[in-house]
Amino acid sequence: MQRIGVFVCWCGSNIAGTVDVQAVSEALKSEPGVVFSTNYQYMCSQAGQQIIIDAIKEHKLTGIVVCSCSPRMHEATFRKTAQAAGLNPYMVEIANIREQCSWIHKDMAVGTEKAIILGRAAVAKVNLNAPLIPGQTPVTKRALVIGGGIAGIQTALDIAEAGFPVDIVEKKPTIGGKMAQIDKTFPTLDCAACILTPKMVDAAQNENIRILSYSEVEEVKGFVGNFNVKIRKKARFVKEDVCTGCGICTEKCPQKKVPNEFNLGMDNRRAVYIPFAQAVPKVATIDADYCTMLKTGKCGLCAKVCTAGAIDYTQKDEIIEEQYGAIVAATGFNPISMDKFDEFAYNQSKDVITSLEFERLTNAAGPTAGKLLRPSDGKHPHTIVFVQCVGSRCSSCAQKGKEYCSKICCMYTAKHAMLTRDKYPDTDVYVFYIDVRTPGKSFDEFYRRAVEEYGVHYIKGMVGKVSPEGDKLMVQASDLLANKQLHIEADLVVLAAAIEPDKTARSLATMLTASMDTNDFFTEAHPKLRPVESPTAGVFLSGTCQGPKDIPETVSQASAAAAKVIGLLAKDKLTGNPCVAHSDELMCNGCSGCEKVCPYGAITYIDKEFRMPDRTTKLRRVAQVNPAVCQGCGACTVACPSGAMDLNGFESAQIIAEVDAICR
Amino acid sequence: MSMNKEFKPNIVAFCCNWCSYAGADLAGSNRLAYPDNVKIIRVPCSCRVNPMFILRAFQRGADGVILCGCHPGDCHYTSGNYFTRRRMALLFSMLEYLGIEKERTRVEWVSAAEGAKFAATMNEFTETVAALGENKRLEDLRCKR
Amino acid sequence: MQKITRSDLINKAKELFANGTVNRVLGWKAGEFAYDVTPAVFNSIEDMEKNFVFGDFCNANFSKYLIAETGKSAEKVLVFLKPCDTYSFNQLLTEHRFAREKVYAVGIPCEGMLDIGKIKNLAGDGILEIISGENAVTVKTLYDDDKTLNYADIMVERCLSCKSKKHVAYDELIGEEGDVIDSNRFDEVERIEKMTSDERFAFWQSQLSKCIRCNACRDICPACTCEKCVFDNPKSSVNNKAISDSFEEKMFHIIRAFHVAGRCTDCGECSRVCPQGIPLHLLNRKFIKDINSFYGDYQAGEEEGSRAPLINYTFDDLEPGEAVGRGE
Repeated sequence: MQRIGVFVCWCGSNIAGTVDVQAVSEALKSEPGVVFSTNYQYMCSQAGQQIIIDAIKEHKLTGIVVCSCSPRMHEATFRKTAQAAGLNPYMVEIANIREQCSWIHKDMAVGTEKAIILGRAAVAKVNLNAPLIPGQTPVTKRALVIGGGIAGIQTALDIAEAGFPVDIVEKKPTIGGKMAQIDKTFPTLDCAACILTPKMVDAAQNENIRILSYSEVEEVKGFVGNFNVKIRKKARFVKEDVCTGCGICTEKCPQKKVPNEFNLGMDNRRAVYIPFAQAVPKVATIDADYCTMLKTGKCGLCAKVCTAGAIDYTQKDEIIEEQYGAIVAATGFNPISMDKFDEFAYNQSKDVITSLEFERLTNAAGPTAGKLLRPSDGKHPHTIVFVQCVGSRCSSCAQKGKEYCSKICCMYTAKHAMLTRDKYPDTDVYVFYIDVRTPGKSFDEFYRRAVEEYGVHYIKGMVGKVSPEGDKLMVQASDLLANKQLHIEADLVVLAAAIEPDKTARSLATMLTASMDTNDFFTEAHPKLRPVESPTAGVFLSGTCQGPKDIPETVSQASAAAAKVIGLLAKDKLTGNPCVAHSDELMCNGCSGCEKVCPYGAITYIDKEFRMPDRTTKLRRVAQVNPAVCQGCGACTVACPSGAMDLNGFESAQIIAEVDAICR
Repeated sequence: MSMNKEFKPNIVAFCCNWCSYAGADLAGSNRLAYPDNVKIIRVPCSCRVNPMFILRAFQRGADGVILCGCHPGDCHYTSGNYFTRRRMALLFSMLEYLGIEKERTRVEWVSAAEGAKFAATMNEFTETVAALGENKRLEDLRCKR
Repeated sequence: MQKITRSDLINKAKELFANGTVNRVLGWKAGEFAYDVTPAVFNSIEDMEKNFVFGDFCNANFSKYLIAETGKSAEKVLVFLKPCDTYSFNQLLTEHRFAREKVYAVGIPCEGMLDIGKIKNLAGDGILEIISGENAVTVKTLYDDDKTLNYADIMVERCLSCKSKKHVAYDELIGEEGDVIDSNRFDEVERIEKMTSDERFAFWQSQLSKCIRCNACRDICPACTCEKCVFDNPKSSVNNKAISDSFEEKMFHIIRAFHVAGRCTDCGECSRVCPQGIPLHLLNRKFIKDINSFYGDYQAGEEEGSRAPLINYTFDDLEPGEAVGRGE
C-alpha cells in the first residue's frame, strides 16, 4: 500500500477563487492510500515545495498528488521536488484543477466537486505508480540545418563556431534564400547582399560546415540525439568539386529562354546557370527540364567550353545517409500566389507586381540593373500605388488569403516608398493600408520619415479594383479617413503579398514528426517559454518557418535555435524518458502485432527458453522493447491482445483506475 | 432517477498529451467554459486508448466517452492517431451494432492551438449525450451507487 | 456425404508414417456417440485404425492445436485440414504461433459438417446411429422410427454460409480442390444492421445474456491463442471468471471480438461450440464486414504474412464519425 500525500495549490486566487481548496484537501484525505493532505497558496514556490519535501520526509510518503495547474506547466517542477526529498520523481501525479477546473467553472460548488473528482483520479493512479528510472542514450555530435536562407546560415554558423559539425541542406543550387533577392533592408537601409554574402562565404569556408546545396531531406528516422537522415543530392550534372564557377558555360549555353526564378521570371537565364554572382557554392547547375543535351542527347556545348571538364551529363541523384544529434528546420517562406486576387489584375497586367518583384526591379543585380522601369514597356513609372495586406489579415477571405498578419509588409512597403521617392523625386507614391504596424527598434521613426521627409501619400483604406486601361492602371480605392472614393491613374501597382511557409515544410514536418498549425507554420513547444523548439525533442525551429518575422528577428531566433542545439550536442548522454513500453515475456505470444504498429522500430523479437510448470522447457518467440528507441506512444499496448505490452507511467491498470475514480 | 431532476451526464474525455490535452489547457487559459461533467484523462497518444478503457467507463456509469487526439498527420508519434482512427471506427460501429447509441462515443481531433474547438466540442458533446439521457445499456449495475 | 473416406486418410497416414515424414497424426477420434467426435493425437497407424474416424461430424479446426502440438516433438506432425481450417493455419503462421517445418499439412475437401443440435431438434433424443446418404441422413433413434433429414436442414451454421472450398495452405491435397465461394455470410449481419437501435439492443441483450462465461468460444478460437487471456489476468483489472451481471458478458464478447478483429478468419468455431447457442460469429462477421467496407476487402489467413487491417492504416481512412452507421 502506498503512503500518499496530497498537496492542493491555491495558485493565489487562480484556483482558490472558484475551488474550495480546503474542502478538496479534506475530501481527498479519506481516499485510499492518502496519509497526508494539505493546501497552500503557491505550491510551486520555494516555500510550497518545502512543504512537500517536509511532508515526504515526515510522513514517509511513497507517492504524492499535487492538485494544481496543468502537468504541462509544473509536472517537471514537482518531480524535481520529490527527487530532492528522496522520492522517485515518477511517484508524482498532477491533478489539473486550474486549466480543467477553476479557470472554466465559475461556481464554487461545481468547481470544488470536480476538483475532488480529478484529485481522486490522480490518487487512484498514484496508488498504482511504480518508481521509474530513465535510461541513457549517447548523442551524435552533428547537427542538420534544413534550409540555407539567412536563418539556416546563422544557425549553422553559430553551431559551427561552438565546435560542432553542421550540414546545411538547401534545395536550391545556392544558399542565401530570400534575403539574397532583397535590395536593401529596413530600417537601416544597408544593402542586403553586403551583409548577407559575407555570411554565405563564412559558411562555405567554415570547416565545421558542409553545404549540401540542390539537396532535399528524404527520410528522417530515429530520435533526439540519434537521428538517421537520408538526403537526396539532386543531380546538377556538374561536378561540384571540379567546377570553378567561371561562368563560361552559362554564357555559351544556346538555350536562352529559361525563366529566371531568381528574378521571379522577369527575365531569362540559360539552361546551365549560376543563380547569382555571389552564389555559394559558386557552381553551375544544369536545368534538366530545359537542357537540350539531357532532353535529346544533342548539344553538349557546355561540356565543350568547360576547360575544367566539370560537366557530367550522366550524373545521378545521390543519397547521402548521415547521423545527427539535432535537426533545425529553417525552411522559410514564400509570398502567396496572386492568382486568386483578380481584383488587382495581377495576371492581366505586367505592371502589377508583388513586393518581392519590386525588390528585384530596384536591385542593381536585378533584371533592370537597378533602374525602376515598368516590366511592360521599360518606361519609368511616375505614379506608383502600393497596396498593403494583400492576402494578409483576411478573415473573410480565408480561402484565398491568410488570417494572420504577415508582419514584414508595413516596413518593407515604407522602405520601397521611401527609396522610390529618394531616387525618383518626380514619382508620386501612394500607400493604401488597413493599419500601419511598426513595432520594432527604429521602425516607427523609419515609417514617419517616409511620410514626413519623403512625402509618401499614406491613405487608410483598401484598393477595391485595379483595371488596366491602355498603358495605365486605373486604381479604385477608398480613403476611409476622408470618407471618399479615390481614382488614381497609376503606372505601377505593387502588391504586398502575404507570406506563407514554404510548401516543402509540410512533408518535412511529417518526417520530423514535428507539429504544424493550421497555416503550416511549425508549432513551437511553448509559445512563450520554448519558442525555438518544436514539441518533438531534438527538432528546433529557426526563422519564418515558425511564423512571419523580419530579418533581425529571424537572425536572433536562428542564434537562439543554435544555442539550444549546442546545449544538446554538448551533452555526451541524454537521459531518456522512462515512460516507455515493456513487455511481459510470460504473456507475450510473439505475434508481431506490436512491432508492426511501432513507429520507431523499437520492438524486436527473440526466441527464449521458458521453464514450464511441468519442468519441461519451451522455446517461445517474445517481444523486446528497446527503451532508448521507444518514445512511449502506447500504440503497441492496444495492438497486443494478451495485454503483455504495457506502458510505464500509463499502465492499463492505472488508466482503468482513473476511469473508475471518475465514474464512481 | 427522477425525471424532474436535471440530468447531468458523466463524460470521460481521453486526451492525448501533445495536442488535445494542450488544447484543453488552452481552453482553460482562455477561460473558455465547458461543462464540469467532462473529466479528462491524459494519455500519451490517442493510440494508447484501449477499447477496454472505453467500455470500462461505460460499465462504471459514464454516459459518454470522447477520445481526442492530434489531427491526422500531426501525431507527435507520427502514426498513432491513424491506428486510433481505425480502431475506433470499428469499435464504435460495433457498439452501434449492439444497440448502443452512436452519439455516446466520439473521436475528435483537437490540436494544441484549438482551445476554442476543444471547449465547443465538449459543450456540444455534453449536450448531445444529455439529450440521450442516462446510459443504461452498458452500465454495470454492481457499480451503481 | 463427404467425398473422401476414412480409409483415404488412413492410407495417406500409413504412407507418411512409413516414409518417416511424420511420427504422429492430429485427427478425429470417436466418442461415446456417433456424433460425439473429438480431436486426438494418434501415435501409430494401429492406433489410427482402431480409433480414428472421419465423417460428417469432424468439425474441429486443428490449426490451433498445432501451437501446443508442434512444441512437443522435433518431428513433424500430420494434420488434416478442411478448407476453412487452412485460413486459420495461415493466420497462425503469420503470427509466428507455430513452426511450419514441424507440420505436414494434408488438405482434405469438405462438403459441410453437421450440427447435432439441429438433428436432435428434428429427430428427437435417443439417437443410436446416423447414416450418411447422398443428400440426406437417416437417423435411427431409441424411441421412434427412422427419420430422413436433408443435409441443408442439419448443417452447421458456418457451413451453410461457407466462404471457401479452396485450401490456402497445404503440403499435399487429397481429393479435388474447390473454389472461393461467393458467400451469403453477411446477410444476417445486414439484417441486424437494418433493425432500429432498440431492436438491436434487445436482440443482443437476449443473446448475450444467455452467456454462462464457460469460455468455450475463447478456448476453441484459433485467433484466441494468447498465452494468458486478459480476462484471466488479475493484473489487467478486467479479469473475471464468471459473469455476475448484465454487462460483464458484453464487455467480454466485445473485447474478444475486437481482439480477433482483422485476424478472425470466420471459421465459425465460436458459435459451433457455444453451449448456449449464441450466434457469436455475428460479432466477428460485423467486424469483417466493416473492415471490408471501410478499408477494402480483406480475408484473414488468405495469404500468409499479410498485414491485418488493425495494424495498418492509410492517410485517408474513414473517420470514426463517418464509419458508424455506414452499414445501415
